[in-house]
Amino acid sequence: MFYLLKGDRGGQILLLLLSIAVVLIPIFNLAVPEGHALHVSTFTVTLLGKYLAFALLAVAVDLVWGYMGILSLGHGAFFALGGYAMGMYLMLQIGDRGVYGNPDLPDFMVFLNWEQIPWFWKGFDNFWFAMIMVALVPGLLAFVFGALAFRSRVTGVYLSIMTQALTYALMLAFFRNEMGFGGNNGLTDFKDILGFSLQSDNTRVALFIASAVALGLGYLACRAIVVSRLGKVMVAIRDTEDRVRFIGYRVDRIKLAIFTFSAVLAGIAGALYVPQVGIINPGEFSPLRSIELVVWVAIGGRATLYGAVLGAFIVNYSKTYLTGAAPEVWLFALGALFVLVTLYLPNGLAGLRKKKEATV
Amino acid sequence: MSVLENLRQTFRRDQVFDFVNKQDYSQVDTSHGLILYVEDVSVSFDGFKAINELNFYIEVGELRCMIGPNGAGKTTMMDIITGKTSPDKGSVWFGQNINLLKMTEPEIAQAGVGRKFQKPTVFEHHNIFENLEMAMAGDKSVWSTFRARLSSEQHDRITSVMETIGLSDCAKQRAGALSHGQKQWLEIGMLLMQNPKLLLVDEPVAGMTHQEMDKTGELLTSLAGEHSVVVVEHDMDFVRSIAKKVSVLHQGSILAEGSMDEVQNNQRVIEVYLGE
Repeated sequence: MFYLLKGDRGGQILLLLLSIAVVLIPIFNLAVPEGHALHVSTFTVTLLGKYLAFALLAVAVDLVWGYMGILSLGHGAFFALGGYAMGMYLMLQIGDRGVYGNPDLPDFMVFLNWEQIPWFWKGFDNFWFAMIMVALVPGLLAFVFGALAFRSRVTGVYLSIMTQALTYALMLAFFRNEMGFGGNNGLTDFKDILGFSLQSDNTRVALFIASAVALGLGYLACRAIVVSRLGKVMVAIRDTEDRVRFIGYRVDRIKLAIFTFSAVLAGIAGALYVPQVGIINPGEFSPLRSIELVVWVAIGGRATLYGAVLGAFIVNYSKTYLTGAAPEVWLFALGALFVLVTLYLPNGLAGLRKKKEATV
Repeated sequence: MSVLENLRQTFRRDQVFDFVNKQDYSQVDTSHGLILYVEDVSVSFDGFKAINELNFYIEVGELRCMIGPNGAGKTTMMDIITGKTSPDKGSVWFGQNINLLKMTEPEIAQAGVGRKFQKPTVFEHHNIFENLEMAMAGDKSVWSTFRARLSSEQHDRITSVMETIGLSDCAKQRAGALSHGQKQWLEIGMLLMQNPKLLLVDEPVAGMTHQEMDKTGELLTSLAGEHSVVVVEHDMDFVRSIAKKVSVLHQGSILAEGSMDEVQNNQRVIEVYLGE
């Protein structure tokens, strides 16, 4: 496994930091008493867990954009679908503790006077079924969408616009109450996961650890792809797609496989995000969200993978800080950051030290 | 293609219901001594006939030069053979058993047709070794590409190709940093790695010095025999130095065919090249 990180200093540092965080953060949160200088509040743990989920999403985007040149402006859709799959499981765990106390139906269905649970909610009371759906639903959507788009050789800005339209269409659909996903309120008021209360510190820490592990494994999986010959072919597709065809590679299939894999990663990130923030609503499908996450990757640095993680952390930390300190400044700050990085750091923050590396 | 034409094609006597049997691309049948059959091919772009009733055949192991003025359809002809453009009518067969018109670019490449572009096209972000590695013949499906590991024979093969194209000193150099001539060679090297039975080489010596040209000529002549080579070139000196048989393309069809001397003394060729 370690050969994957050979020559990837950024990745080595990332995985080292993740391992340290997985050991220390739980100790500082659970074992160090509150008020102690080293105590890490549960709020911070959850915040970090959220960033980790975003980082995994950014890695997924970097894999298709940085390495294969597919600028997906709709990756938020896959993230949100994974999140909804997790949210449906969490909704069904509420049972009769909802406002209306109906043991079978989530609150919003009672509110809409529905008699019984729709067919597509069946099975989501089972955690493992829901987990399969977390990967399967985004993966399937990406597969069908990709099969159509890549086979007809839609590339460049046209593909970006189509991905954008995809996520926008899903947003409009999920806003409708009749869809059966809670309309514009989405799914919220979650109580527990696998029988553990979502409010407890232990569960929060466990979710943080799960996010860190998922990011670590996701990173290694992407790295395995990138260092293989397939990874080299991906970069070749990014640079000169036609030539790749003429040496005998089925470009559409390679794109499809990687795009689908990336969507599955995004779905997993969404499933980790939802229990930590406690809500999923159609806003996650908004095109703006998808564009924002492309900005994370651009700021961190494309085609490095660790740059995506860096970008996700920096932008989201600034967002958390600025929306608290000076809410009206945030969007300007994001815009300025993007402009400055594009002008002065075309390879992103990772580009500051990447010059040594020979390839990519 | 008209419906009737399509129907005729489908019910050709030698291949009735061929579409039920999947074509076997792996083995090209050249028992009649010909590797490429281009018959009655026409294609037009917005009414302009780029290729007009084009007919020619390439023998196994032959080195054929194609010359012709600008706009004669040389590059379009290559596009058709490699699957980039599909013709309005006609047929293109690779050996006796492989219908190239039914196949996509990667399938044609896998079947054994390699192509060098007019503008040298190499993967600029990869080094020379990686460029050759990616082009190497073999199973190119997604999963096997992901699992691919270089065996020592494959490593030796890449090294020997690097020697052939004279780039073994700079295996780790990025292809983007190569000179124009070196890129041309690298692309020929990538062709060799594919181990094709038919090489289509578009303007191999454009922008090369005389020494480089001689070397390229040697390389191409040494390839003929084992492979069949079709060279499209403008440079007459170069064509004269390597060609046994020359075809002259004009307005999308073959104007003359024969040895360089025959072609140069052909009255119609002189008219086309020199004007009345």
